[in-house]
Amino acid sequence: MSDGVEPLLRLEQVTCAYDGTPVVDRADLEIGSSDFVGIVGPSGSGKTTLLRVVLGTVTPVAGRIWRRPGLRVGYVPQVETVNWSFPVTVSEAVLMSRTTGRRLPWPSAAERAEVASVLDRLGIGGLGGRHIRELSGGQQQRVFLARALLSQPQLLLLDEPTSGVDVRTRHDILHLLAELNLGGLAVVLTTHDLNGIAAHLPQLVCLNTEITGRGTPQEVLTPEVLERTYGAPMEVLEHGGMPLVVDLYRERENVVRFRRDAS
Amino acid sequence: MLDWLTEPLEFAFFRHGLVVATLAGALCGLIGVYVTLRGMSYIGHGLSHAIFGGAAASALVSFNFYLGAGLWGMASALAIGRVTRRRIIGSDAAIGVITTASFAFGIALLGLYGQVRRSLDAAIFGSVLGVTVTDVWVVAGVTGAAGIVVFVFYRKLLFTTFDPEVADVSGVSTARMDALLMLLLSVSILATMKVLGVVLIAAILVIPAVVARMLTNSFARMLWLSTLIGALCGFVGMIVSYHLDISSGATIVLVGAALFVVVFAVTGSGGRRRAAGLEAHGAPVGVG
Repeated sequence: MSDGVEPLLRLEQVTCAYDGTPVVDRADLEIGSSDFVGIVGPSGSGKTTLLRVVLGTVTPVAGRIWRRPGLRVGYVPQVETVNWSFPVTVSEAVLMSRTTGRRLPWPSAAERAEVASVLDRLGIGGLGGRHIRELSGGQQQRVFLARALLSQPQLLLLDEPTSGVDVRTRHDILHLLAELNLGGLAVVLTTHDLNGIAAHLPQLVCLNTEITGRGTPQEVLTPEVLERTYGAPMEVLEHGGMPLVVDLYRERENVVRFRRDAS
Repeated sequence: MLDWLTEPLEFAFFRHGLVVATLAGALCGLIGVYVTLRGMSYIGHGLSHAIFGGAAASALVSFNFYLGAGLWGMASALAIGRVTRRRIIGSDAAIGVITTASFAFGIALLGLYGQVRRSLDAAIFGSVLGVTVTDVWVVAGVTGAAGIVVFVFYRKLLFTTFDPEVADVSGVSTARMDALLMLLLSVSILATMKVLGVVLIAAILVIPAVVARMLTNSFARMLWLSTLIGALCGFVGMIVSYHLDISSGATIVLVGAALFVVVFAVTGSGGRRRAAGLEAHGAPVGVG
């Protein structure tokens, strides 16, 4: 998925295991400086682990990782992992990523201006003094996006950025990420939302411990690749020129029929 | 009222005790913010008990109190880490076994070798009678050092406390910050043990921070508020302790507890929700 020039990052035959059980098996991945990639797969397929390999917090048991020297990576964790009761305001949370240079606890005038600028850019200007729990789901996601962007990364990694948010917020986040990508930022995210997110991304990597497919949504959102990835039959329709995945899981059909009959 | 405040100051031992208690309250209030936000209250409680064993052993062999108890505390922390690494036993259980065993060892030693009952009570519940000028300097030095460490590493400590995983990938050595915090906690417990007592140190580590949390949503404000509340509890607790003739540690904790009740009532459900959130930290990260 490189753009012809030297990639930002390359994984070769990377294997990760927990207690001897492979979670990611012989994965090859290349991220270019203008890529926008979604990693899709079922729960426990190794999506988060693969993201953490890219991030550098998980060390593979086999394989090679190459990073462009001096690569700056921004990371937006799953919102479910955030302690929303922690006493931090939006500005304090965003400023956390600024740990080098200035040693004084309070921000400089330049830092305050930088935080205000990034909050404005993400559409949450004026909320700097609010506690992080007082925001909506979309605004909370943007706070952590702002924190990642403050370090001016070349590669932005997001773990399930749209989990638990409504449709409108999901669209807003996706639109925002597309804008950032057009501005020259490589974006890699994990998602389990095939129709709401994956179908809208330029590039996908399907994962079920092994990489089961890669390419555009039209190339990988096919019944064959999806069955290899999810282990369940799925039908793919076309809607407005985009693939639309329909779950054919028999038990679920029965539940739907049962509910319909009951009503 | 003024006489009530100044009367105890006529005694040199009390002046020393007052300075130590105020500084100890401030120190515990400061460190307590990190302890409570990281869900380490139980470690603070355990470490103070573990150090008691070392303090008793040091007293019996006439070894330097701070050195002996400090080394003992460090050995206990290492033992907790070693037991926890075997995975079958959780860290909370390891803390429970090792620190209470160390505490029991201290009590047994003092019992066996006929130490006076008063010294045991003083070590457990705190006393100002044994506070020397050296102790004043030790507590002042540790408080100053803790203040400098928190000032210099403010941003890194905050990031590590709030989001260790992202802090790590952002270039913060979270292992070093954790070690620094554990060192600060151990040294703080050691320095304040004489006046607060091993049983009550954990309360002074927790109460000012919880009260401060109920009053603010900002980390920076919580830090200085907790320090101030800790110092206030130490100061007021000492004066009350003199007039009521009860142990200094217990009085300081009771003043803190009274303040907690008042703030709890005044701040209403908002404050209570903020304080309750102190338990909901560090949710486990899923493996996708």
